[in-house]
Amino acid sequence: MSATLTLDIPDFRNSPRVDEVGIEERVSRFTKRSIKTEAKNTGLRLILSMIDLTTLEGKDTEGKVRQLCYKARHLHDSMEGIPKVAAVCVYPSLVRIAKKELEGSGINVAAVATAFPSGQAPKAVKLADTKFAVKEGADEVDMVISRGKFLEGDYKFVFNEIGAVKEACGEAHLKVILETGELSTLDNIRRASDIALYAGADFIKTSTGKISPAATMQVTLVMLEAIRDYYYATGKMVGMKPAGGIAKSKLALHYLVMLKETLGNAWMTSKWFRFGASSLANDVLMQLAKQEYGNYQSMDYFSLD
Amino acid sequence: MAKQLVKKKKKSAGNGAAIDSALDFNSGWSYSPAPESTDHIEIKDKYGLFINGKFVRPSKGKYFATINPANEKKLAMVAEASEEDVDKAVKAARKAYNNVWSRMPAKERGKYIYRIARIMQERAREFAVIETLDGGKTIREARDVDVPLAAAHFFYYAGWADKLEYAFPGKSPQALGVAGQIIPWNFPLLMMAWKIAPALACGNTVVIKSAETTPLTSLKLAEVIQEAGLPDGVVNIITGAGATGAAIVNHPDINKIAFTGSTAVGKIIQSAIAGTDKKVTLELGGKAANIILDDAPIDQAVEGIINGIYFNQGHVCCAGSRLFVQEDVADIVVRKLKDRMESLIVGDPMDKNTDIGAINSKEQLNTINKYIKIGKSEGASFYQSSCELPSGKGFWCRPTLFLNVSQSHRIAQEEIFGPVLAVQTFRTVEEVLEKANNTPYGLSAGVWSDKGAKIFNMTNKLRAGVIWANTYNKFDPSSPFGGYKESGFGREGGLHGLSAYLKI
Amino acid sequence: MPKAKSNTTKSRLNIQKTYKIYIGGKFPRTESGRYYKLKSADGDLLGNICLSSRKDFRNAVGAARGAFKGWSGKSAFNRSQILYRLGEMLEGRSAQFKEELVIQGATPKQAQAEVASSIDRLIYYAGWADKYQQVFSSVNPVASSHFNFTILEPTGVVAILAPEKSSLLGLVSVIAVTIAGGNTCVVLAAESAPLSAVTFSEVIHSSDVPGGVVNILTGRRKELLSQFTMHMDVNAIVYSDNDTETISKIKRDSTSNVKRAIIYKGMDWSSAAAESPYFISDVQETKTTWHPIGK
Repeated sequence: MSATLTLDIPDFRNSPRVDEVGIEERVSRFTKRSIKTEAKNTGLRLILSMIDLTTLEGKDTEGKVRQLCYKARHLHDSMEGIPKVAAVCVYPSLVRIAKKELEGSGINVAAVATAFPSGQAPKAVKLADTKFAVKEGADEVDMVISRGKFLEGDYKFVFNEIGAVKEACGEAHLKVILETGELSTLDNIRRASDIALYAGADFIKTSTGKISPAATMQVTLVMLEAIRDYYYATGKMVGMKPAGGIAKSKLALHYLVMLKETLGNAWMTSKWFRFGASSLANDVLMQLAKQEYGNYQSMDYFSLD
Repeated sequence: MAKQLVKKKKKSAGNGAAIDSALDFNSGWSYSPAPESTDHIEIKDKYGLFINGKFVRPSKGKYFATINPANEKKLAMVAEASEEDVDKAVKAARKAYNNVWSRMPAKERGKYIYRIARIMQERAREFAVIETLDGGKTIREARDVDVPLAAAHFFYYAGWADKLEYAFPGKSPQALGVAGQIIPWNFPLLMMAWKIAPALACGNTVVIKSAETTPLTSLKLAEVIQEAGLPDGVVNIITGAGATGAAIVNHPDINKIAFTGSTAVGKIIQSAIAGTDKKVTLELGGKAANIILDDAPIDQAVEGIINGIYFNQGHVCCAGSRLFVQEDVADIVVRKLKDRMESLIVGDPMDKNTDIGAINSKEQLNTINKYIKIGKSEGASFYQSSCELPSGKGFWCRPTLFLNVSQSHRIAQEEIFGPVLAVQTFRTVEEVLEKANNTPYGLSAGVWSDKGAKIFNMTNKLRAGVIWANTYNKFDPSSPFGGYKESGFGREGGLHGLSAYLKI
Repeated sequence: MPKAKSNTTKSRLNIQKTYKIYIGGKFPRTESGRYYKLKSADGDLLGNICLSSRKDFRNAVGAARGAFKGWSGKSAFNRSQILYRLGEMLEGRSAQFKEELVIQGATPKQAQAEVASSIDRLIYYAGWADKYQQVFSSVNPVASSHFNFTILEPTGVVAILAPEKSSLLGLVSVIAVTIAGGNTCVVLAAESAPLSAVTFSEVIHSSDVPGGVVNILTGRRKELLSQFTMHMDVNAIVYSDNDTETISKIKRDSTSNVKRAIIYKGMDWSSAAAESPYFISDVQETKTTWHPIGK
């Protein structure tokens, strides 16, 4: 936290404005990049390595989490050279199981915390939730911001809350979920990004996956531009995690293009970019198999966990 | 934590003092070659002139080569129309006007134009590929901008053919007769559409000459016109250089001259027909100001700057070639601009990922390089992106900008028609309006601000025919385009584009 | 009072009128000091008319350019009222205009009709001043997410060679359409019948037309034509007589700065065809503005 003391904290009311149509046009340019052959192959593997394999359901069980963790370590054993995913993302109560299953794999365990997904709980509860997850072994904590407070204009509350959660995280990395689907405008998303960045987020993340729309390229671009401005101003890198709604490898490749052309090569690793997704991995695997074997694949040949 | 919110210094996130840690756009994951296929493209070895519904040999038997500016290889031989050929074309157009086109019910006329639009849409890919091969523009732009817009232009004007009296309250507009049209090389097919579509919709017949370096899509359009079954002589498409153009301008049986090109040539044309009753419209050069105010959506503005000057290699009469940035955001805008320039891909126009293709001709490349030299000698600070240029043949220029430019520099006054941006800073709105209008041109301008009142104040005071506010280089068939002052007169596009081809 | 009829009356010596030019809201004599003698059909001297020089023209263009921002920036409603006021002023001085037309060769009946039409024409264009924009503007349904509209804007400084054959009605017509749309102008009065123009400048002066919006010179066409056609700060030139050589010269010289050459060949200013908002749009530019639509 002491690091933030030395920063100039901007007036978030003056966050840069965003023009929606301009964002649309830029996104459309990204989607027109043609990613073929070698670039596609490398890109798909990179995408796999950036996936936070996620299960966040009320009906999650230890059994379900064990299966997911196995999948995380063994995405598709019948093909060689398939990378592992970056992390498995679960509720705090299941962190301990995931941690055990993933031991020695190099795959992180991420826990959603702070009264995920609504964030409607007292600060003390949120901090306790966070501390519990970290104590259970979470390497990463995905918190939600208080959207109600944000929309009320209480940016100070949101900023301080993120700071407090960051403190509660200790060594664990903090991903701050803006839940962009509830923020309504790109101006709001930009402003919320700035609050999270200056409050000490290690990552900023679009969505819980529980609200529609979840991640979109438009929203992600606005957040990437906020990260870029933060980097310009402070020299510090912050990660980005679009989550929810990215199920197809073609779309994920568009995201990679966007990342590359907005923040450059330094961000092109799982350290700085993640996809929060449950079904993306299989689609990427199918594409890789198609690249390798030359014929189009069926889902029947890829494990559903 | 609460105490940390006490601001040391008011500033908005992102627009603060820049730290010099460069972003890396050059290493790591890169796009593999993604060349557009040319398999289905048919280019003949030799093209005649399209006169009276048929391809015919030029009377003098002269042909010239059209090359691919990306590799300098010959694509085809194209006929050079002589005065005699022009006369033939005009006679065909006159006959078609008198006997067929002027007598045809307007509804039927419209249906022919619709047909052209539809066939162009069907053959869109072919047009895009040939446009790219012949002119050097990127396949992405040919595919996403030139060809769809050209087809849309025909589609839009087709519908006007039987509705002209609604466009001019209190008048009964009449066709002019034979229109002679001369177009430039920067948007070969699109300019054909801009010229031919309204002329036909208004009931005129046409003799049109494509530019010397980019004749191929005009000849492909001739094929479409044949395919559409347009009566012979209604559209005559000829090829050639300046002398052919002059023969059109000076032909006594032409009623209307429409020209798009340089201001210098436009003046010659205007002068040449001074003693006649020919109606004329001119779409000439420009040196547009693109103005970034400190409250602009900066990242989108940077995209607008890029699109404004590097679209189509900067071969755009309405290019935003003069950038004006308000001083308090100048550093961040320039930094972002440079970073964005790094992510532009210069190279093979046929690669789907190329952002900046080949310069249209050796001659134009020389002009651009001449101005880069001038800019340097005038003391402006020169910057180019670090991208590699294709080795070997072809005409290439990196995206270029000049900083610390002043109003009296030639690079800030003269049209360069290439990917070269002159950057100036300003302090107040009054100052920038004065500088922006301080030019003999008046084709277009851009303004970027988040504040509506400011936008309207500025769009109102900028003396130019097309103003893009918080956007740049947008075109649409329904949107009139054309300039003030030495950028020409008359409009193309929209309802206002009709009056160029009518007696009102 | 024109000189011919005003030498003496029974009781007192009349005051003769000095015919001056009108630049920037002032009535100077020509800086050149030159003049020509205007005579009636009977050979009576009607007045010493200023032979405006190139410098007078330059000054007039300067005044017109200076007045452009203010005049074009006025609300259309305001311009409409000022044109109406011009009509009122002309009505009030109609006797003088009739008299001047008559001594320059019109029959009383013709003069009566021309003055009446001139007043009506001002009222007609006063009405258009705040309406033509609505007739000629458009909102354009572009395919992208942008609001796009086209409006007219005044071309700028317009140089007008007033109709030789219709020294009051023609003059009033071309001035009215020019200023109704927010342009400013420099007018060269009919050489053979300049009195109406000079007197009309007094009407302008006594209305609420700001100085410099209309500048009226008298003099020789031949002498001044090149000044009108070649001046680089003139945006448009209006000519409405029939001399083909002059027309070619205007069109050719207009290339100097791509002036808009507006030629009304063979126009009968008393006809119905001489009254239309399209005359206003002839001295307008078309501006199209784009803006994104988003949240």
